[in-house]
Amino acid sequence: MKKLLKVGWDTLSSPSGYYSLGFLVLGGFIAGIIFWGGFNTALEVTNTEEFCISCHEMENNVYEELKTTIHFTNRSGVRATCPDCHVPHKWTDKIARKMQASKEVWAKFWGTINTREKFQAHRRELAEHEWARLKANDSLECRNCHNFDYMDFTEQSQRAATQHSGALANGDKTCIDCHKGIAHQLPDMKGVEGW
Amino acid sequence: MQSVILRKVIKLVSSALIASGILFSYTVTCAENEVATLRDAAKIAEQKEPNIIPKVINKDIKQGRNYPMQPPVIPHTIRSYEVNKYNNKCMSCHSRQLTEESQAPMVSVTHYMNRDGNFLAEISPRRYFCNQCHVTQQDAKPLVVNTFIDMHSLMKQKTAKDNQE
Repeated sequence: MKKLLKVGWDTLSSPSGYYSLGFLVLGGFIAGIIFWGGFNTALEVTNTEEFCISCHEMENNVYEELKTTIHFTNRSGVRATCPDCHVPHKWTDKIARKMQASKEVWAKFWGTINTREKFQAHRRELAEHEWARLKANDSLECRNCHNFDYMDFTEQSQRAATQHSGALANGDKTCIDCHKGIAHQLPDMKGVEGW
Repeated sequence: MQSVILRKVIKLVSSALIASGILFSYTVTCAENEVATLRDAAKIAEQKEPNIIPKVINKDIKQGRNYPMQPPVIPHTIRSYEVNKYNNKCMSCHSRQLTEESQAPMVSVTHYMNRDGNFLAEISPRRYFCNQCHVTQQDAKPLVVNTFIDMHSLMKQKTAKDNQE
């Protein structure tokens, strides 16, 4: 084993005796593009709705519930897909979230929520993760589309305008504080603030 | 033996004939009565042009009653407000401890009473499903004219009339 490592190190640390420098530099550059491009493409594939609902846990529970809400069907036809709300858009944050999501593969493997009953039993915990995440980043995923600076309060209903120009404007509250369960059904909300 | 069976068959056929005759005359009279139905005047084989779906009124302005003891109607949209065994979204504004913050009308204290008249800490299970009584209103022309006059207005009219006499 030690010998093998030594051979590998010697090969890597000694100058190339056969390939030209130009070939190595250019070859490395092209290989880099291919690997990086491939990585990003694979990452984007995991960031689509088709990928998310390829698990029945997602398709039969949360996706079905999403279908009845305004984020799925509405007058203007703009819709949010799973990653729009559940995956950060910035690259570093996205990678961090993807690494966290590898734990979900573990849960899939063990069938932690593979029936509706199991899903309902875990629903509060899962919802709390999302509430905590959105609370911590000031509802960033909401604000990717819903920009506070361009909200026209005169177009909102009176109640909405009061809340948005008050608690939201002065930073007391963030979107998720009031808008829980807008895209999926709610868990048992016993003890949740404001319920 | 055979004659008994024959008689039975005749009886059955004749009663069926009479029944179908009654049914036929009934449908004929129905066709003659130009009763307004949900299909309006569309023929049975035709597909009726669907009516425009009216919008839910979302003005937050309280409306008067349309009949005595009418539960107050909801003056705002309630799309995707969940009321089920886990949650009651209505109560996150209208419950007695949250109306100060929300400025929403407070749920009447009778909603906290069980049927023996005892007050409960939470909303009574028999009053839990708000939409059984309280409904939103749509911005549509009423199908029938409402002639309801409030008792208070009636009494006012009467005293005014009495004073005149």
